[in-house]
Amino acid sequence: MSCRENAARLLEAYVDGQLDLVTSLEMERHLSECEECSEAMKSRRALRSALGGASLYFEEPKHLEGRVRAELRKAAGPSKTARPSRWRWLAAAATLPSMAILAGALMVMSRTPSDSDRLNEEIVSSHVRSLMADHLTDVPSSDQHTVKPWFNGRLDFSPEVRDLAGDGYPLVGGRLDYLSRRSVAALVYRRRQHSINVFVWPEQNGRTVAPGETSVRGYNLVRWSRSGASYSAVSDLNLAELREFVRDLQR
Amino acid sequence: MDPTELERFERTFLPHMRAAYNLARWLTRSDQDAEDAVQEAYLRAVRFFGGFRGGDGRAWLLTIVRNACYTGRQPGRLQESTIPFDEEIHDVEDEALGPEDLLLQKASRRALVQALEDLPVEFREALVLRELEGLSYKEMAEVTQLPIGTVMSRLARARKRLRRCLPEQMEGGPA
Repeated sequence: MSCRENAARLLEAYVDGQLDLVTSLEMERHLSECEECSEAMKSRRALRSALGGASLYFEEPKHLEGRVRAELRKAAGPSKTARPSRWRWLAAAATLPSMAILAGALMVMSRTPSDSDRLNEEIVSSHVRSLMADHLTDVPSSDQHTVKPWFNGRLDFSPEVRDLAGDGYPLVGGRLDYLSRRSVAALVYRRRQHSINVFVWPEQNGRTVAPGETSVRGYNLVRWSRSGASYSAVSDLNLAELREFVRDLQR
Repeated sequence: MDPTELERFERTFLPHMRAAYNLARWLTRSDQDAEDAVQEAYLRAVRFFGGFRGGDGRAWLLTIVRNACYTGRQPGRLQESTIPFDEEIHDVEDEALGPEDLLLQKASRRALVQALEDLPVEFREALVLRELEGLSYKEMAEVTQLPIGTVMSRLARARKRLRRCLPEQMEGGPA
């Protein structure tokens, strides 16, 4: 690989974890040989960690969701179909002069998704995306000793990786993913033609995910925690088999 | 739109309001304009909801948020500056950056915010989508409606500029 031609641009993609496995390995080899590129990479890493370290995220003001909900309802207009009765008195309230009261009422009455709802939703979206974008694995391998080391240097923790081919759930590979504003490991298993994504991330502020089962948009999701790490398995597989898979994984 | 459909829309997209606001705030650089842009984006999104094919609602919503920021009620407020057409050509050749990297580690949040806000909007946008939202290149291409090559070169140039102008910010005031 020649620095002048390719490396500069590839370096960005490498630091962003956006290279395919083959190119990524080639880049690693190149970096170990080329001082210039390895310096350039350090400078990029420094920038990334500076940006990641400062809390640069602008939090939305508390009232915004209520305001948007109220506008959405206004725009949706009166519906011909019967509304659920809990909305009926609100329709009457809409004639009140004070819109502030209405907005307030809407905020209280409408269900605010909890953090765990959001996380479930995010997990299912990640799962669906991995299937749609044809980007199930960054490191396609059924060998746990290939998949586990691949995460080194890509994550700030080392996930436990086990092949369950003997139990009928072969390991397909691993992938980097992103949940709740942090990088997580995604381990991919297969059961017949169903893909199972297992997301793993370490405890945050001493907290791990609350164990439980749920179903979101037709996907089953099982969450548990173990030795300071949070796990979420998600699949279109039926719940019974997904539970069995989780049991095997925990064994 | 019937209430169940509206509820489905809200379930899908209200969880992404945080990302929507963050992007809008960085693009418009104003609390008020960001709120207006987010509200406008949700109103547009609900109109186009029929065209949403499921999957990742966040990228879909961010596309609309971005458009709302560029075509807000105050036309011309936020315009894409004209980046020379040669942006496809690699100008990412890299001089070794020494002392700046050390400075980076000491950069305060204020200096970083200022340096980011001073970047041309398309560079700022690239950095926010990548570093704060963690979008993949593919998602970034979707949100910005640009070819992936352009996304990559913008990101590279944005980082280079930031590395270069951050030290100036830090000299400007107490960190």
